[in-house]
Amino acid sequence: MSKYPITIEPFGEYAMLIKWPEEVKEPILEDMLQFGNFLEQNCLKKGKWELVPAYHTMAVIRRIPIEDSANLKRELLQWYENATKAELPERYLWKLPVCYDEEFAPDLKEVSDKLGLSSEEVINMHTSSTYTVYGLGFLPGFMYLGGLPDSLQIPRREHPRMKVDAGSVGLAGQQTGIYPQESPGGWNIIGNCPIPSFDAKKEPPSFIKTGDKVRFYEITEGEYQLFKLESEVGIHQIEKIKLDADS
Amino acid sequence: MLTVKKTGLYTSVQDLGRFGYRKLGVPASGAMDSYAASVANSLLENEEEDAVLEITMTGPTLVFEKSTYIAVSGAELSMKCNGEAIEKNTVHKIEAGDEISFGQLEHGFRSYLAVKGGFLTKKILDSRSFYFPVTEMGKIREHMQLPYDETLEFEPKISSVTTKGFYKENILKVSPGPEYAMLNDRQLETIFTKDFTIAKENNRMAYQLEEAIEGHNKSMLTSATLPGTIQFTPAGKLIILMRDGQTTGGYPRVLQLSSTAVSLLAQKKYGDHIRLRMH
Repeated sequence: MSKYPITIEPFGEYAMLIKWPEEVKEPILEDMLQFGNFLEQNCLKKGKWELVPAYHTMAVIRRIPIEDSANLKRELLQWYENATKAELPERYLWKLPVCYDEEFAPDLKEVSDKLGLSSEEVINMHTSSTYTVYGLGFLPGFMYLGGLPDSLQIPRREHPRMKVDAGSVGLAGQQTGIYPQESPGGWNIIGNCPIPSFDAKKEPPSFIKTGDKVRFYEITEGEYQLFKLESEVGIHQIEKIKLDADS
Repeated sequence: MLTVKKTGLYTSVQDLGRFGYRKLGVPASGAMDSYAASVANSLLENEEEDAVLEITMTGPTLVFEKSTYIAVSGAELSMKCNGEAIEKNTVHKIEAGDEISFGQLEHGFRSYLAVKGGFLTKKILDSRSFYFPVTEMGKIREHMQLPYDETLEFEPKISSVTTKGFYKENILKVSPGPEYAMLNDRQLETIFTKDFTIAKENNRMAYQLEEAIEGHNKSMLTSATLPGTIQFTPAGKLIILMRDGQTTGGYPRVLQLSSTAVSLLAQKKYGDHIRLRMH
């Protein structure tokens, strides 16, 4: 682990917030995930504590109130000092199918026009980048993905939709992502992923974790229907590649 | 089983909520007024994690099919058993076939009905708390049944309590949130002297406050939020996240409500007034 100048402050009665320098950078994310892994393995009892990492911060939440936050802060700082050999949790690169056909992509044409690209170019760029999951939040299973090419950055829709379909793949500012459930939303929708990213009946309910990576690949409508059916009956195998292979 | 004859405005099964799934974006959930839920549970000598019914504003009509004991705490909401008025904060014996209904809301917003041994609906991700889409539904539906165990005899140690003093308070205690330092003197002055009104936009996810204060243009990266986190929008609005609130957010978190204050706020409704005070 590299060492960053972290700060730790109480956050209400139940939590502390650890902050790394405020930047969207992989080494910061990785340092935070390594420390989180170290805490879960050596310091914080499962079931009594939970961690919420996102971008450059990690909340350390206790099930019951923290009695002595000054002491916990000292302990956390000490643990950070000690965590020199902490390892990253197991991480994967997930290959997720997206159908960019018109019926799933109500904004693809408008997005292409605004960006001065053809629809094919937008799809090519969207599927040729590797995205990093900087956090999960907002809705169960919603990924904050970093790594969108500059040429695909487009503001949110002026008028948000009251209903965006589950699985919708959107663009908004520097972000791209998938709506895990049907919800209102203002992102520009350019496709749909047939694999649900959240299923409360599964353990864990979301296969993707903060720190994982994602790549999208284009599928036809026929494949979309097939993959959807396969995941409904639980036989769809998502392609994944283990990251940080043992050196 | 208990059968839901009428649902009331928004009635859901709630316990202490989910723990350990926030890193996947799953909110904590659980009883909005956890104090009232624990009063109802303790009268019945239940475990603190036993599931209760959270009733919002107007109550349901429920028919009990097995003998048990119930207790209701929280809002000042009149209540009847087979048409006869009964008291809140009191243990009542229920016979098979009894019908519980609710009347006028006088004060507060949410009531908690506990049954001896708790409601035994299915646990999803270690909790019985309703939260759609983690659970199949967000609120109870007409004709649905809620399971509980039969209890024939129970001698409560305490048969009634009073909680009146707790709910008179309209001052919510806060501590500094992670972005507290961004507030200037004028904003601080307004926050701690203004009478704020609860906006129409209030539910299990968040309570918005009507009055805006001087805004800002600070942008930040998404970071963890908690029940009771006060988010500060660029337009100067204060949004207080509640039990079903999102687990992360991109608005500055200027203040954090104490857990007692979250319970108190859960009893406020559209048009009610509150003040914020530093611990």
